[in-house]
Amino acid sequence: MTNTLHVPTPQEITGPAIAGKTETMVLNMGPHHPSTHGVLRLVLELDGEVVVNVAPDVGYLHTGIEKTMESKTYQKAVVLTDRMDYLAPLSNNLCYALAVEKLLGVEIPERVQVIRVLLVELQRIASHLVWLGTHALDLAAMSVFLYAFREREQILDIFELVSGARMMTSYIRIGGLAYDVPADFLPTVDALLRIMPERIDEYEALLTGNPLWLERTVGVGVIDAEAAIAYGLTGANLRASGVPYDVRKAMPYSGYETYDFEIPVGKNGDIYDRYRVRMAEMRQSVKIARQAWERLRALGPGPHMTLDRKVAPPPKSEITHSMEALIHHFKLWTEGFKPPRGDAYVSIESPRGILGCYVVSDGSPRPWRVHFRAPSFINLQALPHMAKGRLVADLVALIASLDPVLGEVDR
Amino acid sequence: MDNQILLHRITAQFPDAVLESVEFRGDLSLTVRPDRYLEVARFLRDDPGLRYTFLENLCGVDYLGRVPRFEVVAHLVSMLHLHRVCLKVGAPEEHPHVPSLTPLFPTANYQEREAFDLLGIVFDGHPALARILMPDDWIGHPQRKDHPLVEEEVAFTFNQERIYAHKPFAKE
Repeated sequence: MTNTLHVPTPQEITGPAIAGKTETMVLNMGPHHPSTHGVLRLVLELDGEVVVNVAPDVGYLHTGIEKTMESKTYQKAVVLTDRMDYLAPLSNNLCYALAVEKLLGVEIPERVQVIRVLLVELQRIASHLVWLGTHALDLAAMSVFLYAFREREQILDIFELVSGARMMTSYIRIGGLAYDVPADFLPTVDALLRIMPERIDEYEALLTGNPLWLERTVGVGVIDAEAAIAYGLTGANLRASGVPYDVRKAMPYSGYETYDFEIPVGKNGDIYDRYRVRMAEMRQSVKIARQAWERLRALGPGPHMTLDRKVAPPPKSEITHSMEALIHHFKLWTEGFKPPRGDAYVSIESPRGILGCYVVSDGSPRPWRVHFRAPSFINLQALPHMAKGRLVADLVALIASLDPVLGEVDR
Repeated sequence: MDNQILLHRITAQFPDAVLESVEFRGDLSLTVRPDRYLEVARFLRDDPGLRYTFLENLCGVDYLGRVPRFEVVAHLVSMLHLHRVCLKVGAPEEHPHVPSLTPLFPTANYQEREAFDLLGIVFDGHPALARILMPDDWIGHPQRKDHPLVEEEVAFTFNQERIYAHKPFAKE
């Protein structure tokens, strides 16, 4: 099976091998096209309106983030991770922080872990809301887009409350959080978690049984479990094909093993299943966030950083009367910390699938190499497999159902 | 699956393949000989007791000044045992060739193209090894440690012409 799977390149389609053909047409879609969700170029080979072959062409947003990180200290590279997947910056922060923490071998206080879980679950909802809105917009359902962005705004308000920024939060730092959460954090999150379930019902009322929606999504872009694993699909795209693999359950991090939640799984691996899985995931995220909320309320105030002075700067109050604290503070912000030689790999379940971070340390205060396993980049490879034989209009629905973020594809 | 059991199974099957095994923070990484790399990966994928069917991550690392200079790192996951293992294979500076995992795991396609593009590691047996992130006519491999870095002046309208006169653009 896996030996026959192949991801074509643009050169293969436009090249001389098929230049003699007259029946098919090569058409360029993108890189600037509203339905490619960013600067993604697709080279299509079309027979009328039927897609004969499609080759994704990426790289139009290449920012060199991995290379830039090599020239920054570990802590200062956190801000770059926000810019990869700009719809889930907190998940990116978390993945990078976990990888470096693994390299350092530091303990993270429970309270910090609870806040992290709460925020990345809110992030998942916010990211899925953008997916839902733009996916529906691609299939010409305008009102869902407006509703989805209404709730996303509320979640971004929470991020602004904790970090001061709505999108590029850089809130999760190596060793803990940038600052503690403010006093009105808990009531604000509570208000959101109260309204979310009925709002998700609203979206479902608009789409789940809608005959036009079913027409466009059921049985379209089917990928079976074996091919999905072979292509490396992850996240909702993989689970829609019936594979119940979720890193939060399989290899738990940040204490996910202590939360009660389920993994939504689809059956057919079509666009409709991917839609259903993501909708169910939002409900599960609300459930996890509520549990984290209750734990945070029970835990009360506490440190927002690890107590390891080699990694986290001392509290400001100590600096005024302790020379050692001042020295530590100064050393950390001028020189940084030095993880031991070695490499560490951590993967987390980001809204788009498995986000992995591989960090190599040579013992200096700057990472020797950082690599991100970007789920969008890898999910995109399955597009030709799913799109062959479908119409161009289905291709638009397919791209949206994979939920790629091009900032993450190109890094 | 325990790291030591896995290591034992691999060394029993391929006594000469593993050059080095490191357990760091609970993760097992195995450096394998390039000529046995594919066999080990296939064994990990197909053995009914292992089933490391999911290639989660593949990337290259440039250890400038070390022999061998390049290293390809692949993380394989067994969804059956919920276990991850890291396979590493070295490639020398003057001839950075590594067998391609794409025939075994189609997901390696883009990741190997990325390593080829940015680090210049050639994957033998890859179906279409072309640049992926950089323009097709880019010279060099920018993620190599010895790739020259330049600081570019910020272009404004008053200095745009002077900067663009020397700036290398991708050819049309």
